[in-house]
Amino acid sequence: MPRNLDVKKVLVIGSGPIVIGQAAEFDYSGTQACEAIKEEGVEVVLVNSNPATIMTDAGLAHYTYIEPLTIEFLEKIIAKERPDSVIAGMGGQTGLNLSCELHDRGILAKYNVNVIGTSIASIKEGEDRESFKKLMERINEPIVESVIVNDIETGVKFATEAGYPVVVRPAYTLGGTGGGLADNEQELRETLALGLQLSRVGQALVERSIKGYKEIEFEVIRDSAGNCIAVCSMENIDPVGVHTGDSIVVAPAQTLADKEYQMLRTSAIKILDEIKIEGGCNVQFALEPNSFEYAVIEINPRVSRSSALASKATGYPIARVAAKIALGFTLDEILNKVTGKTYAFFEPVLDYVVLKIPKWPFDKFQSAKRTLGTKMMATGEIMAIGNSLEHAIMKGVRSLEVKQHNLDHKGSKDKTIEELKRLARVPEDERLFHISEMLRRNYRMEKICEITGMDSFFLHKIKNIVDWEEELKEIGFKGLTPELLRFYKENGFSDEGMAGLLNVSAKDIFNKRREWNIHPVYKMVDTCAGTFAAESSYYYSTYDTDCEVALNDKRKVLVIGSGPIRIGQGIEFDYCSVHCVTSLKELGVETIIINNNPETVSTDFDTADKLYFEPLTEEDVYEVILKEKPDGVILQFGGQTAIKLANFLSESNINIYGTKPKQIDIAEDREKFDELLESIGVLRPKGKGVWSTDEGMKVADELDFPLLVRPSYVLGGQGMEITVDKDELRSYLDNAFKNDSKNPVLIDRYLGGRELEVDAICDGENVLVPGIMEHLEKAGIHSGDSISIYPPQNVSDAMKAKILEVTEKVAKALEVAGMVNIQFIEFENELYVIEVNPRSSRTVPYISKVTGVPIINLATRAMLGEKLKDMGYGVGLYPEAKMVSVKVPVFSTEKLPQVEAMLGPEMRSTGEVLGLGKDFKEALYKGFVASGSYIPKSGGIILATIRKREQENFVPLAKRFAAMGCKFMATSGTAATLRAHGIEVEEVKKLAEGVPNILDIIRSGVIDLVIDIPSKSNDIASDAFKIRRGAIESKVDFVTSLDTAAALADVMESGLVIEDLDVYTINEVVGTLR
Amino acid sequence: MGGKNINIRLILENGQSFGGCAFGYFKEEEDIVGEMVFNTGLTGYQEAFTDPAYAGKLMCMTTPLIGSYGLNFEDMQSDKARLKALIVRHKSDYPSNWRCEMTLDGFLKQNKVLGMEELDTRALTRIMRENGTMKAIITTKDLSADEIKAKFSKCTNENITKEITAKEKYIIEGKGLHLALLDLGVKTSVLKALQRKGAKITVFPAFSTAAEILEANPDGIFLSGGAGNVDNMAAIVNTAAELATKKPVAAIGLGHLVLAKALGCTISPMKFGHHGGNYPVKSLESGKAYITSQGHDYVVTDCPADIIPTYINVNDKSIEGIKHKTLHVSGVQWAPEGNPGPETEFIFDDFLKMIEEWRLVHA
Repeated sequence: MPRNLDVKKVLVIGSGPIVIGQAAEFDYSGTQACEAIKEEGVEVVLVNSNPATIMTDAGLAHYTYIEPLTIEFLEKIIAKERPDSVIAGMGGQTGLNLSCELHDRGILAKYNVNVIGTSIASIKEGEDRESFKKLMERINEPIVESVIVNDIETGVKFATEAGYPVVVRPAYTLGGTGGGLADNEQELRETLALGLQLSRVGQALVERSIKGYKEIEFEVIRDSAGNCIAVCSMENIDPVGVHTGDSIVVAPAQTLADKEYQMLRTSAIKILDEIKIEGGCNVQFALEPNSFEYAVIEINPRVSRSSALASKATGYPIARVAAKIALGFTLDEILNKVTGKTYAFFEPVLDYVVLKIPKWPFDKFQSAKRTLGTKMMATGEIMAIGNSLEHAIMKGVRSLEVKQHNLDHKGSKDKTIEELKRLARVPEDERLFHISEMLRRNYRMEKICEITGMDSFFLHKIKNIVDWEEELKEIGFKGLTPELLRFYKENGFSDEGMAGLLNVSAKDIFNKRREWNIHPVYKMVDTCAGTFAAESSYYYSTYDTDCEVALNDKRKVLVIGSGPIRIGQGIEFDYCSVHCVTSLKELGVETIIINNNPETVSTDFDTADKLYFEPLTEEDVYEVILKEKPDGVILQFGGQTAIKLANFLSESNINIYGTKPKQIDIAEDREKFDELLESIGVLRPKGKGVWSTDEGMKVADELDFPLLVRPSYVLGGQGMEITVDKDELRSYLDNAFKNDSKNPVLIDRYLGGRELEVDAICDGENVLVPGIMEHLEKAGIHSGDSISIYPPQNVSDAMKAKILEVTEKVAKALEVAGMVNIQFIEFENELYVIEVNPRSSRTVPYISKVTGVPIINLATRAMLGEKLKDMGYGVGLYPEAKMVSVKVPVFSTEKLPQVEAMLGPEMRSTGEVLGLGKDFKEALYKGFVASGSYIPKSGGIILATIRKREQENFVPLAKRFAAMGCKFMATSGTAATLRAHGIEVEEVKKLAEGVPNILDIIRSGVIDLVIDIPSKSNDIASDAFKIRRGAIESKVDFVTSLDTAAALADVMESGLVIEDLDVYTINEVVGTLR
Repeated sequence: MGGKNINIRLILENGQSFGGCAFGYFKEEEDIVGEMVFNTGLTGYQEAFTDPAYAGKLMCMTTPLIGSYGLNFEDMQSDKARLKALIVRHKSDYPSNWRCEMTLDGFLKQNKVLGMEELDTRALTRIMRENGTMKAIITTKDLSADEIKAKFSKCTNENITKEITAKEKYIIEGKGLHLALLDLGVKTSVLKALQRKGAKITVFPAFSTAAEILEANPDGIFLSGGAGNVDNMAAIVNTAAELATKKPVAAIGLGHLVLAKALGCTISPMKFGHHGGNYPVKSLESGKAYITSQGHDYVVTDCPADIIPTYINVNDKSIEGIKHKTLHVSGVQWAPEGNPGPETEFIFDDFLKMIEEWRLVHA
């Protein structure tokens, strides 16, 4: 069927801020969908609250709105733009839910908007538990039977019919406490009795257990004519029970014979046919390992994280094809852009193995409970491609950036076999290494299969690697032969990984390889296992014989990507990498990108001229350089992952565009940097790097408390804290040196002033500052977690001039070529520099959008030698926009049990939203709405628990809230202070004071907002920590900074209501007419 | 220990060669010569090995790990593997699947098939893609160019049908229509699929005459898939031609080519054929498209006026199905029985419906 010509203007809804479970994959799929729709001459209206995305770039869609993803704002946009259609399945669960709600509230009907692609009715049938169950029964597909019970007998009756074992999941208990597996009636009676008692509503789910079943996923696409294909099968190495987002996944499925494969494929297609999906859909199966018995776990009638992975694993662009289907095309009419010859109605075949490993944030959140379960905790993932599973595992492990280049893991070595057994039994992030260690100690493999539920096929592969590692230790460096070395390389061993086992340096291994001419070749990911000549240039390395890379004499530049999404290094860097590639292409330069993150736009097959899907280690990057011989490498846009390579590449005489490694080192080395600032007369908070606790205590005497302490060479403020007295300092230092004695700890005087930030471009002569950002919260809160305002609202012109002057001085002194990010504190009318990052930063995407300055484009050109003066955006401070934008951070702490949620110098947010308005208040209001923050209303109940020294500061704020009709509850100290100032307050008990205490009150649901200003973070035993976690788990909003609370009061006082607010396209925001 | 010994060499007709490691049934003195074919199936290697259509071939798998789930005796498509050699990137020594009864290595040993691993199978596939189907030799010796040439010229697959067809007629009982199945190398799953439909099947050796077949008084004729080039099958083609005028005839795979030839269609060799479980075909009648399992090196390229193409390949637009304008005769190029690959069972229903229609008219 040809395109539906009634579709002229389509609304695409994005997925909003990056949170755990909804990350960059939806920028990738949304961007691809927008492009696919635009190609057909259809107009695209895009809305997403997340400014760090490629999709929200002016020009990607025809009309781009960075507005809150709520029904009210969507209706405003629909009323303004009058799209004739909306596509529901491109913005993750957020987009899907919003589309359904727009439909349910009659908004789509009111404005005559049709849903294209999978219909709302189909979506609901797939999403709603009850109707899905009915559907599955209708078409005779097995599901995991379950029942919701309020009494024990109903549960027992169900279990007798469904068969034991069953799982009990009490409703509304924190972290699933009280649930468990019951093997027989007696156990069920016990577990259920406890579960019902613990549940707030006396309710529990009893479900047939599918523990130990294999978890298999299919990515399936169906068109309006009913044509249907399975794009990819995926097998989770972790059996059912671990969220697929937290599982190590292999594609294609490895342990299924054709009969089982076809059985599940047929089932998936049958389901899509019955629901009448028109687009992509993910179907998850549980397969009993010893029979043909299976159950459909769930379906996702939309593009998803899995579909992004499947797209990258196969080369098949699922989102693009799904968008074309929504426009009316059938699969046999849509060309496969990868081959340029075949059509989208075709099931990709793979002649390689793909492995996905999740990237978890536990390095940032030391206190977090690391047990993996049905709730996803990973922030990102890496993908590795190899021609054997061992090969892919070894590539995958080193891609994770966990300082691990083989399976020989120090953290596992230190453990007893009993500890390892315990760790293997309960899935957690380092299980792969623990299992390896067990195999290394000759623990019986079959028993590990039993303990973990993993298939022996996978354990054999891990065992192979472990055996080879042990053999390598025996062989020794001197014993290496060309054949042996080639064998290890073929199986994915890195130079560094081998060197670690042989006690030599990676360079030694590399030299041997060079001597024996052992280098990788590059194979193409082409959807068709080489059976058609493909037009794509998507490569991965192997140590085979035949290299498929076609080289040419064009000027070419290699751009290093930023790897997996993690806290502190998110989608913003992918935005930068992609823009760098686009800019280079415009300059006529051939672009090459290396990255290992399957969720991103940068790893889309047609972003760069050539994509190398490889680990971002020195060796893997260097081999690509040897192959391609680019004119130079760009590191500035790949976050710390890329910057880390600077010294190595420079020592290897590789040309690095932009700021040179020597200067990067100065910016990151405390003493050198201090010297530099002093020489140019720039202030910074006094401080020093120390190497021991004693030295630190001495330094503390010279400086005044409070002191900011942090380890050197870090990203995202890892391990940074403000200490207010000697005890706190001593305990911090003791702990820091225990963890890492090889690097100094930096101690700075903490200045509680206004924090300001710029991203600037320097061409060696001139500097352009696109905009100054002002942080709403006082210094001390990580810049990534602060609310950030542009243009600044409280900065004098003199101070702005000063900022420019200092920026110019620093940029020139550091010989910056390209990007630099500088953070300042304005304290008692002086400007202090607190941090300089000679690279792109996480604020670049948003500030590019609101200033209209294409920062990455200018920086890229500056790096290649162009002058700012010739680029049309001037030099110095770029004129401020008239509209105000407020960036608000978004956290995923509810997804991570036992994680600290208080704002501080350590970054904790996973994403951000932007509020855009005519003035500060409108922007702030939208920012809060977009981030899902609670804005107090008259009659709202605020629970306050404020540390002693801030209580007096809180009083004026409390008066403002009280004046607007808010009521207070507080613990004794805070309550006394408030009462002393005539503010009415109800006192609540502290945790130790009996029941009902503050936590019970939070959990009871009467509280609207918690204002919690604690004295210390990260102490999981403290009341304050429990209060914050209690608030998170009871879904009660809370703030931990008085500045944030004051901003809420501002918004409340402004009296703004949603009805009064306008929506603006990004072009309107920067003031250019479209 | 790692660093397996490269002990055999694959030499292609165009002179290119690959070293690799032998496994399975390996006799150092024995050179293996045959036609190379690649197979893209992600699963279903066992079904492919035991498909009689691959008799005499050297099969290169594009999927890099072969043997992961082992082999069993349920999924066999004939009594044994008839390949001459199997070429894989890596073989799996430790298969895992609840039905697994043999390892790949053991299976090949038992079936006297040479295995070859540890070579760049993608490079090999790409060579075949560029050069088309080629013969190849696997040897341990240092053969001269002349020796190789001589071996290639001696190697033919002309008499393959004789090797793989039933030795004598046999009957599979059923309550429905009576089919005479001409066994050109039939797969077990075809018989099972027809059985599931309730058909009574009389299986005839490929070289049975039309008279012998008609004597059984079947309701219709079924030409199975199989191996070989229809140019070498004049007798069978003639039989098919004669049967087509008297009875409804349904055909799949090689049988479809035999039927097409019998009906006057032009059959041409393909550059490298269709081998795998992911070939898209589209019905020219309904417009609906299907993913199919295929294994053929020749294809119908032209039809006389009374023959209508019914299906085409979505990618290369080649003819995937035909029927006669007036006679009850039709065929499809692919393997509707799947195994390996997806089944398109409705094809069997369509065939049986066609036969039933004829029966109602002629009863």
